[in-house]
Amino acid sequence: MRKCSLDKLDLLLGEIAKSNELYLPVDDSDGSAVYKKWEKGTALSDALNTVRSPKDFFFPQTENLMEFKMQGKNIEIIDTRSELEDFVIFGVRACDVKSFEILDRVFLSEPVDSYYAMRRSHGVIISLACTRPAETCFCKTFGIDPASPSGDISAWKTESEIFFEANNEKGEALLSSLGALLQDCDNEAVEAQKAKINAIMDKLPLKNLTTEGFGGGKTAELFDDPHWAELSEACLGCGTCTFVCPTCQCYDIKDFNTGNGVIRFRCWDSCMYSDFTKMAHGNNRLTQKERFRQRFMHKLVYYPENNDGLFSCVGCGRCLAKCPISMNIVKVMKTIGGDKGE
Amino acid sequence: MQKITRDVLIDKASALLSDGTVSCVLGWKKGEFDYDVTPAVFTTHDELIKDFVFSDFCGANFSKYLVSKTKNIEGRILVFLKPCDTYSFNQLLTEHRFDREKVYAVGIPCEGMADISKVRAISGEGIASIDTSGDKMLVTTLYDDEPVEIAPCDFLAERCINCKSKKHVAFDELIGEDGDVIDSNRFDEVARLESLTPDERFAFWQNELSRCIRCNACRDACPACTCEKCVFDNPASGIENKSPANEFEEKLFHIIRAYHVAGRCTDCGECSRVCPQNIPLHLLNRKFIKDMNDFYGEYQAGAEVGMRAPLVDYTTEDLEPGEVFDRRDTDA
Amino acid sequence: MNNLNETLIPKVGVITDVRIDTPDIKTFRVVTTDGEKAFDHRPGQCAMLSVPGVGEAMFSITSSPTNEEYMEFSIKKCGCVTDWLHQAEKGQQITIRGPYGKPFPVDDVFAGKDLLFIAGGVGLAPLRSVINYCRHYRDRYGKIDIVYGSRSKDDLLDYQEIIEEWQKDEGVNVYLTIDNPQEGWDGHVGFVPNYVKELSFDTNKVAVICGPPIMIKFTLDGLCDIGFDKTDVYTTLELRMKCGVGKCGRCNVGAKYVCKDGPVFRCDELEELPDEY
Repeated sequence: MRKCSLDKLDLLLGEIAKSNELYLPVDDSDGSAVYKKWEKGTALSDALNTVRSPKDFFFPQTENLMEFKMQGKNIEIIDTRSELEDFVIFGVRACDVKSFEILDRVFLSEPVDSYYAMRRSHGVIISLACTRPAETCFCKTFGIDPASPSGDISAWKTESEIFFEANNEKGEALLSSLGALLQDCDNEAVEAQKAKINAIMDKLPLKNLTTEGFGGGKTAELFDDPHWAELSEACLGCGTCTFVCPTCQCYDIKDFNTGNGVIRFRCWDSCMYSDFTKMAHGNNRLTQKERFRQRFMHKLVYYPENNDGLFSCVGCGRCLAKCPISMNIVKVMKTIGGDKGE
Repeated sequence: MQKITRDVLIDKASALLSDGTVSCVLGWKKGEFDYDVTPAVFTTHDELIKDFVFSDFCGANFSKYLVSKTKNIEGRILVFLKPCDTYSFNQLLTEHRFDREKVYAVGIPCEGMADISKVRAISGEGIASIDTSGDKMLVTTLYDDEPVEIAPCDFLAERCINCKSKKHVAFDELIGEDGDVIDSNRFDEVARLESLTPDERFAFWQNELSRCIRCNACRDACPACTCEKCVFDNPASGIENKSPANEFEEKLFHIIRAYHVAGRCTDCGECSRVCPQNIPLHLLNRKFIKDMNDFYGEYQAGAEVGMRAPLVDYTTEDLEPGEVFDRRDTDA
Repeated sequence: MNNLNETLIPKVGVITDVRIDTPDIKTFRVVTTDGEKAFDHRPGQCAMLSVPGVGEAMFSITSSPTNEEYMEFSIKKCGCVTDWLHQAEKGQQITIRGPYGKPFPVDDVFAGKDLLFIAGGVGLAPLRSVINYCRHYRDRYGKIDIVYGSRSKDDLLDYQEIIEEWQKDEGVNVYLTIDNPQEGWDGHVGFVPNYVKELSFDTNKVAVICGPPIMIKFTLDGLCDIGFDKTDVYTTLELRMKCGVGKCGRCNVGAKYVCKDGPVFRCDELEELPDEY
């Protein structure tokens, strides 16, 4: 365990930024937090979390896949990627770190998505334990400990100091490179901090939310649950929940004619959108009820069925805060699957 | 003014259900917390007692829901409308988007609705409870046993601070007394933007719109956006896109949408309320409204059913296109 | 084989032949720019074809893997990409990537069995690959029955190949039908599901159905009526796809992705999936 006093944090960030691009949550002009590239004077946000999740770093909203040059009947395919430099993401919360594992299982399973893999291999993650969880937090439901976030390096912030522990060689290499800015220390202060966070966790309103009744093999039982209709009744069919979600990873591949060739790009897509499954000759999810059901069945049943029981939700609470009609996975989990009472 | 309570609305709804005036009720369903209400349809008194809520967080404009909820129903649906909602209601009727006979509209007075992000900015994260029964909002958090008092001027949504009307322009029945059209300051921010140089103005919108994640919530919540199939969802339109290929396209979406609703936008503010990225989208629409007021005389979309909007109503006094073009220079 | 690490980046393919099969179906022959097959595949697998600037779409590979020179795709005109392809001429380049999906179990389950293929309309396209594979390795399989129907005689896909090759093979019986009577047609008239019931096959065989969803449903019901077990019946599904490798998230039925876990499904497996295809 190593530490640094908070008034030296700026120096520390500057040191990291010397050899890597460094990104961290900062306060944006609208008052919410957003990941931005560190420049001299950039301050770490005090906000619990960013509106957009850090999935952007590995699975950006839009990314060019390739370019086509066409001449007459001929086509030339150009891989437009250039080699990435290493970059550091600082201040990732435990829930969001877990989301990377969920995304990895999709993008890094065979056949590996090389675009994601390249970004992932160049990213160093410095997680940061939560200090003030919100009422919308329910990471514990998915077995995540906000006081002990994983990542290449874990960090804890107290009133006056920030503590670091490397979790692998990549993390150790980065910490070692920071030299005298960090001092070795015992883990007493961090343990005290963890106890403090855990005491708050016990007060959270969603602390008793359970995944019981969900998981692989539950399709037949839950698919025709009568409550899907009422839950989806007011759904606008927008993509807010999917786009702020750290684990939603559906994408579309589209072509853009620049007039000087065609760029094929990938962009986020949403199962909530009416044309998501639309084909020339029909659509297998005709109403918002079916689209809504797909999103939650995927997170709570289909994904765990294909991924050793791991759920595709980390309890970050972004959808609770951002859905225009305040419908979300918590309400779904409390309603679907039999009479759950109040 | 005495605040409208949940009980008053439940009594009204139950009475209209039991005497057969309506077959169902469009209302707000309580959530996990004191602020996350969800629009829902209720059909019995028991359902209302169990889940119906009314608070400062019931800001959603229900008018657009009538387009879908009046289809395939027996009898009429009861809808509670705040004054600003009634403008959207009229505008949708003008555009023949739903059958008026299928709706029983109860106008409810409104002193403005709360913006939860403003509340959160003051109280901090970890909201445990919110009491909205008094004039001031009382908020307790997980981190402080003492409630934080928040005055309306600090928690009201921007659209409510700049409320344009307390008058219901459509209803079958009113609860409480009706108010008046208000001489609001809603165009002040537009005027401020107009006073900027083109470069400054461009920088302003660049910054705001760069946050857009293209979730379409603004469009999907907008009562003026009721196309069966939006051009942005139609692969055959040539401009269908789920995400911008470049920065220019992002602006394009919002500017095109502002044009599409020009003259029909009632300035209800739903676009900005639902934006997860807090982009002040309503300012684009207000700019159009302000310009139309300047060019063609005062016009409020939805003030009456059947009005012809300035952009679809030719008169010999209409401004020549050249005059609009010339105005560009003084604008800058 | 396609480089697995670059699964979204296609190869350039050249259309070397275009055959007009029906008023709305054409069969395209595709090779790489070196004149070779783009990749090996198994019967029932698919490939992503694209026209840059127009779009990319999944098509079943119509030719048999035993054809070592080229691949064929029978494509019905029904959307942006297919409309464009129908206007394409010989020599036109497109892009191709694959193979995708699980093939028909031709080397284990099908081996030594009598086979019954049932197709409607363009549904013959994916089955042609299996049928020709089984014809090529004729001694590995028992009797082969093929029931194929279309709207009219002009809408029968691969008609020449059926008449000149399939019908002449020993142990292969082809039963053709069209929906309505037509001048110059002295064959059977009627819908495929009814014809299958009329033919009353013995049930000791493996059946494969492909066609419009409604035809698959009624044919499957018909087969069950005459005593077939769903574990002996296979079909292929088609849903909207973008990536082809189970990642873009749109072609799932329950926990199964049609692009990766399908498109070939055994009907009893299909029955366990939610009714969303």
